[in-house]
Amino acid sequence: MEQVNQGVRENVYPQAAQAFGRTLRQAVINAATPAAAVLVALACGAALLWLNGFDGSDVVTVMIFGSFQDMRSVGEILLKATPLILIGAGLCVAFRCSIWNIGAEGQLYAGAIAATLVGTNFDGLSVWVHAPLVMLAGALAGAAWAGIAGYLKVRFQASEIVTTIMLNYIALILTSYLVTGPMRDASAAYPQSARLIREAWTPRIVSDMRLHIGIIVAVVLAVALYIFLQRSSRGFSLRVVGLNPYAARYAGMQVARNVMIAMCISGAMAGLAGAFEVAGVTHRLYQNISPGYGFEGIAVALLAGNNPLAAIVSGGLFATLRSGSEVLQITSQVPQVLVLIIQGIVILSVVAFTRLRDIRRIVA
Amino acid sequence: MDDMMFLTFLATLAGAAWRLATPLIFASIGEIFSERAGVLNIGLEGTMLVGAFCGFAAAFATGSIPLGLLAGIAGGMLFGAIFAFFTITIKADQIVVGAALNLLGMGLTAFLFRTYYVSTGKGIEIAQPVQIPFLSDIPFLGEAFFRQNLIVYSTVLVAILASLVLFRTSFGLTLRAVGEHPKAVDVAGRDVASYRYAAVLVGTGLAGLGGAFLTLGHSNQFVEGITSGRGFIALAVVVFARWSPIGAFFVSLLFGLFYALQLMLQAQASIVVPYQVLQALPYIMTIVTLVVVRGKGAAPSKLGQPYEMR
Amino acid sequence: MSQKPFLRVENIRKRFGPIVASDGVSLEIEQGEIHSLLGENGAGKSVLMSMICGMVRPDEGEIVFKGQSVRFNSPREAIRQRIGMVHQHFMLVPNLTVAENYILGQGSPLRVINDMDEVHAKIRELSDRYALDVRPDAIIEDLSVGEQQRVEILKVLFHGIDLLILDEPTAVLTPQETDRLLSLMGDLAKDGKTVVFISHKLDEVMRVSNRIGVMRDGRVVHTVNVGETNARELARMMVGRDVRMELPRSPEPPGHIVLSVDKLTCRAETGLPAVRGVSLYVRAGEIVGIAGVSGNGQTELSLALSGLLPVDSGRVILNGKDITGLDPARINASSFSHIPEDRHKHGIVASMSLSENTILQRYDQKPFASRGMLNRGVIGEHTRDLIKRFRIKSRDEDQPIGALSGGNQQKLVVARELARNPDFILVNQLARGIDIGAMEFVMEEMLKQRDNGRAILLISTELEELFAICDRILVMFHGEILGELPPDRTRLDELGLLMAGQTNQPALAS
Repeated sequence: MEQVNQGVRENVYPQAAQAFGRTLRQAVINAATPAAAVLVALACGAALLWLNGFDGSDVVTVMIFGSFQDMRSVGEILLKATPLILIGAGLCVAFRCSIWNIGAEGQLYAGAIAATLVGTNFDGLSVWVHAPLVMLAGALAGAAWAGIAGYLKVRFQASEIVTTIMLNYIALILTSYLVTGPMRDASAAYPQSARLIREAWTPRIVSDMRLHIGIIVAVVLAVALYIFLQRSSRGFSLRVVGLNPYAARYAGMQVARNVMIAMCISGAMAGLAGAFEVAGVTHRLYQNISPGYGFEGIAVALLAGNNPLAAIVSGGLFATLRSGSEVLQITSQVPQVLVLIIQGIVILSVVAFTRLRDIRRIVA
Repeated sequence: MDDMMFLTFLATLAGAAWRLATPLIFASIGEIFSERAGVLNIGLEGTMLVGAFCGFAAAFATGSIPLGLLAGIAGGMLFGAIFAFFTITIKADQIVVGAALNLLGMGLTAFLFRTYYVSTGKGIEIAQPVQIPFLSDIPFLGEAFFRQNLIVYSTVLVAILASLVLFRTSFGLTLRAVGEHPKAVDVAGRDVASYRYAAVLVGTGLAGLGGAFLTLGHSNQFVEGITSGRGFIALAVVVFARWSPIGAFFVSLLFGLFYALQLMLQAQASIVVPYQVLQALPYIMTIVTLVVVRGKGAAPSKLGQPYEMR
Repeated sequence: MSQKPFLRVENIRKRFGPIVASDGVSLEIEQGEIHSLLGENGAGKSVLMSMICGMVRPDEGEIVFKGQSVRFNSPREAIRQRIGMVHQHFMLVPNLTVAENYILGQGSPLRVINDMDEVHAKIRELSDRYALDVRPDAIIEDLSVGEQQRVEILKVLFHGIDLLILDEPTAVLTPQETDRLLSLMGDLAKDGKTVVFISHKLDEVMRVSNRIGVMRDGRVVHTVNVGETNARELARMMVGRDVRMELPRSPEPPGHIVLSVDKLTCRAETGLPAVRGVSLYVRAGEIVGIAGVSGNGQTELSLALSGLLPVDSGRVILNGKDITGLDPARINASSFSHIPEDRHKHGIVASMSLSENTILQRYDQKPFASRGMLNRGVIGEHTRDLIKRFRIKSRDEDQPIGALSGGNQQKLVVARELARNPDFILVNQLARGIDIGAMEFVMEEMLKQRDNGRAILLISTELEELFAICDRILVMFHGEILGELPPDRTRLDELGLLMAGQTNQPALAS
């Protein structure tokens, strides 16, 4: 995107015009892969529905457009997009550093727990203090939860794939313990925590809609992470570590520290997503506060080609699909888990198309 | 009298440990085949789910447990074929494809279950324990080891058979070489890709069987996410077992013990620890395992890497 | 020729992309002889033999074996015709036993292995016959390199071959093991086997061969009987010309010592000793060369100097400061530049742009970064400047470096390292895999740096390169510095003899 600007600025040179054309073409090519992947996935989804006796003919339109009915429904989509953009953009950083953080779900729960702790205590703070404090607590807890896996990788070479997944389960079990035990709201019939103090709630954008300022925070942070990766020194060294750890060592970069940083950034983003779910949506901690946003975030990042800026778009897209699948469930009784299937196929299609493009490029 | 109670408790515990280890034994031995050939399949969890679902569906339709088990194996292998195509033929990243297959396995099984079965609310007849004559009458030991169903007994057979195939056949020899020095195999005139396909299919077939045990030999119902991380724990079992099938059998038993302890202690009202601590035990132990059994000493050296012929 | 030759290679050509590996090479080998192929690195010896044993398929030309034209699609087909090769990189599976390696790929895949006793017996018998000391049940990774090589040779014998090709077999052996191998080759020839011995060690070739083919630039340029030549003549044939590149240089005497290395020892990643007590110094305004056959500890020496490999003992002093065992960041910051041997592993990040590759070490330093952010304008300008000064052929500074030719990649690495204004420059293989034009350019650039008072240590296996620009040449052999030669008073063949471990002063050889 910044290359486009450059092209415009230096338009006096014919070379720059050429470069602009090239950038544009590259952008189209780059967008073509994810677009094709999404179409393939939707087509597969339609085929699956048709095979199982559902009317699959309008699945594509319903999944994409079905949930756009009024401002409120757009707000609901953006509400779902918030955690997806946060987690997806954070995972872009980890994946760029070749760290396979599969534990965003657990990090989300860690953030939600911390947010609940802070949000149910400290009565009397102003909203200007309490609400940000809750977000900060969530981000820190997510970073710490991810940091465990990062430390085990750096210190003991324990595979972060397995450790982050195990930490997912542990975080879920911990949440279940807290809402049935120490943090339980005794007056409620179901296991849940006490309600967060009003001042701790994430402010809404429009008072009669659930949409809260989390979506703005998510977009700003995604842009910030993009700038961090592309423009900052630290981001540069993270990318070098991810692409060629030997060259990183040769250049004097600290590989272990970069691994920790990438892990913690992605964890903080997931933790923040957890904080928003509690402080912005449910206002209480539940056992199943996330419908799998942590796993969906992986698909968001991969579809975005590990580019945090593109994660805003792919996060929005997945949120749309998720909302669309809810509509589909109501109108045609299609199980909503269809969305998981579509995510899986999207990832497979992205890797297949990317590989095929690379192979063609080598042969050409 | 207290001693007797304790012994009975131990016997029940040991029996439950073996039963709960069974899916892990199948899945981890399967993964050993795959990893020995250099393919890391983190899609094991999704594969087991598919096996669990296919096993349940087939048994539901036919009432036959053997057919259910076969369907579980077939479902696992079908999933394995997808994984193999993407990682071996297209040479896509094994971790990314594995992650995708986990989502796909989770989604597909839940989708089909909700579409066809959830409203029936019916379960299936699960495999019944077979008492081995005389041996099952041995006090305590009989209770622990000789009153299991046939699927549980078969784990011993599978472990031994896997060991023989890996270490005593030409197929196993080549398979181990493929994960270690694929070029040497190429030079010796064997096709590396075919062996990797075979290894992945054997591995996912066994993972499917492990999943099918959950619905056919353990619980009588399919539940969404019934594997609850066993596919991932199996990955850690493989590391702890140093890529040996016999080792995987015993390490799985250890994890089975954690599961059994959790179930049995939950039932004991007198225990003061919250049951969630016990519930988390297998997961915590998996992390501990990875930290304690450090290093890649015994790992196939080409694990996770596609083979590029020059 | 009284009869048809055993093996005849006719006008073979092979290209890998832009690189011509075999340029119409022809060769004849008689039954029962030991035929050596001599040549410098990159002369095309290994590629030629890989084509004969079915690893690589020629683009053009014919291979006639035992009177029949053959075309192998795989090594397996060559083995069936009783042609076998021992590769420089062993084709042994490290976690299997010797016997298991031998039966790998033999018979039906579904076969149960139940004939191990016979296999073991056959291995023992062959091992005894040639005094190879190979235990059939030994696990490969427990064996020394020399033992592994005997296992490889026995593997080929086990498969019953008539033509045995050995690719640089002595590169990894101790002198004792080498002696043993050479006498084994004699025994095999006596048994009627034909041996092709690829080497660039003159003395070994002189000791065992019947005939010697000298290769240069993808062709066999001379074939001589061993009785009709001597090491000196061979060395000249190998290098091709005595002419040296005449590059202008100032006669200024060197200045103070910039880098001194004292009794440095370190081990390779395999854990085996690689550098055994190397001492040397480099002064300001001089280029010191280290000549040697590859695999004699040069790689480990350069990695240890730059902080990428732990030092076991000894000291490295740069500008009076002890930099022994510091991490690469601290060494990089000590006015130390390093042009690495393996460009693709250490030197560049292929998918990153030229700009990004130029700031690999200085990504967080002024003027390329301020307050933690990259100054893209400054970086771009700096890169454009380097592209212009070093005449790097690229679209622009945003092009991924992997899209450039090897020569242009290397120019960028050289440009980057020189732009850091180092007092000391470590160069390992300045001109590997690059074209002549780029080579001359980077060599001239090195001389300019020398004249500007930099201290340069140039590790190379290319003698021409060393002779062209070095003020002093040290010879490295088996992890030690064997001696020092002044290039203007040394002939190439003398250097070649020393590189082969032949020294007139036995005290030095230890």
